[in-house]
Amino acid sequence: MEQYISLAIRAIFVENMALAFFLGMCTFLAISKKVSTAIGLGIAVIVVLAITTPLNNLLYNGLLREGALAWAGYPEVDLSFLGYISYIGVIAAIVQILEMVLDKFFPALYSALGVFLPLITVNCAIMGAALFMVERDYNFGESIVYGVGAGVGWALAIAALAGIREKLRYSDVPDGLRGLGITFITVGLMSLGFMSFSGVQL
Amino acid sequence: MSIRNILDKMEPHFHKGGKYESWYALFEAADTIFYTPGSVTKTASHVRDGVDLKRIMILVWLCTFPAIFAGLYNVGYQANTAMAGMGLTEAEGWRGAIAGALTGFDASSIWDNMIHGAVYWLPIYAVTFVVGGFWEVLFAMKRGHEVNEGFFVTSILFALILPPSVPLWQVALGISFGVVIGKEVFGGTGKNFLNPALAGRAFLFFAYPAQMSGDAIWTAVDGFSGATPLGLAAAGGVDNILANNVTWMDAFLGQLQGSVGETSTLAIMLGGAVLLVAKVASWRIVAGVFGGMVGMTILLNIIGSDTNPLFAMPFYWHLVLGGFAFGMFFMATDPVSASMTNTGKLYFGALIGIMVVLIRVVNPAFPEGMMLAILFGNLFAPLIDNFVIQANIKRRMSRNVS
Repeated sequence: MEQYISLAIRAIFVENMALAFFLGMCTFLAISKKVSTAIGLGIAVIVVLAITTPLNNLLYNGLLREGALAWAGYPEVDLSFLGYISYIGVIAAIVQILEMVLDKFFPALYSALGVFLPLITVNCAIMGAALFMVERDYNFGESIVYGVGAGVGWALAIAALAGIREKLRYSDVPDGLRGLGITFITVGLMSLGFMSFSGVQL
Repeated sequence: MSIRNILDKMEPHFHKGGKYESWYALFEAADTIFYTPGSVTKTASHVRDGVDLKRIMILVWLCTFPAIFAGLYNVGYQANTAMAGMGLTEAEGWRGAIAGALTGFDASSIWDNMIHGAVYWLPIYAVTFVVGGFWEVLFAMKRGHEVNEGFFVTSILFALILPPSVPLWQVALGISFGVVIGKEVFGGTGKNFLNPALAGRAFLFFAYPAQMSGDAIWTAVDGFSGATPLGLAAAGGVDNILANNVTWMDAFLGQLQGSVGETSTLAIMLGGAVLLVAKVASWRIVAGVFGGMVGMTILLNIIGSDTNPLFAMPFYWHLVLGGFAFGMFFMATDPVSASMTNTGKLYFGALIGIMVVLIRVVNPAFPEGMMLAILFGNLFAPLIDNFVIQANIKRRMSRNVS
């Protein structure tokens, strides 16, 4: 139990997807103008990560890794070179399903997220979580915790950024920096704040 | 001929179309040093009040003075004590020469300690003020806003949270980052989201860890190495602090290693009390920080740990060590970067209080956590406000419907 808690805290704060690894930047910068939309997207990312990371974990351990096909009589086969394409396939499929579900049951959120929901497919944070999961050799339980934790961390970061950007609407930024420029600086300063967790050993 | 007349005569040259149009910001700054600004609100309803930004900022500036003098004394005291311990009678370098010319290096004399501290701190403050002021005026001139008194506060706070032995070029670099990236790119005072003094300090902390953390930097004597009480506590808990001849009373009065302005909790509380009474600092934030810190400490005391002695450190030690008191009264209460709503201020303070204990206790990389905790709180301040406002809207909606 304890290892799961420490893994979750690591995924949320210490190795924050957005502010420590700078993954998922495109959506992070683009959909952070309003807190409500940002939270919606954050929840979508949590859901997608929570589903895809364990699924990819099953896929990797059951089919792709070296020796995983021993049950079918091919113990020497190593399919891990198919990793990238299979993970992204799983992610794309899940996002499509999620999109249909949102369209059916939460039309307001669906229209608010607009084109960015399909873009979650290519959100590096999602792919990054799958690859970190493989690299660190998480088991199935750990991959669930890691997926949820990484998603929560990313959602927390985008919600905070959206809050700051709503506040910055009243600021007077020099012309050349308006828009994305000041957002990049903001994100840089935010990750300075998140440095408070760097070095935490759990 | 009064100063008012001279200024009035000069004024037309600085207005639009005048000879020195682009220097208006400097003129305006010089004018408001002598006189209250003459411009008044002309539109419909507004509140009449004697309190303006200038008065608030000057008050904060004055309130740091007890901490400054206690800090100067302590820097000199630590340095002179260390020199006596090492058998030195003359300090090296130009600072030592100045201090030596004015007075001696006797740790029992208040005057000697003050002077020795001042030759370290005053150059730091001068560099902060000149370099930071340069950026402030440059942006004011180019962007057409006024030089703001907020810079007084930023500069003094920044100078007070540096270790006494910091190289002066780093001071210049840090305040440049704080003023330009932390504040001016967002449009100046009131439009930033991080405390500029802390942003500059954090920049230095991560860019030059050798001069910003460690054992050898807290006392202004070359070659002397002494851990801060927080460092001692990380190694062996409160017993280790006491074993190194630092009592709780020492820490409260401010006779320990540390940054210039953060050592004396008593002096900080004096200034902080004035701020609270004058309602410049929000009591909600201070209460939140204190409550969060006490709650988190007690929680960690109960959990306990066999390997980490800091878990057992009681809250009254957390209060007097490191930058906690200074951050609580002067940094966290910065009205620009804190939460704006009353409920939000409590949560904002509590977040800082919890974070500071967590960073100190759980994170072995940083012995001190106040700076990073406040920066972290600043990040979430707008979000907290947002939630409070949404909750208010929801409550009123439901009240009206029924």
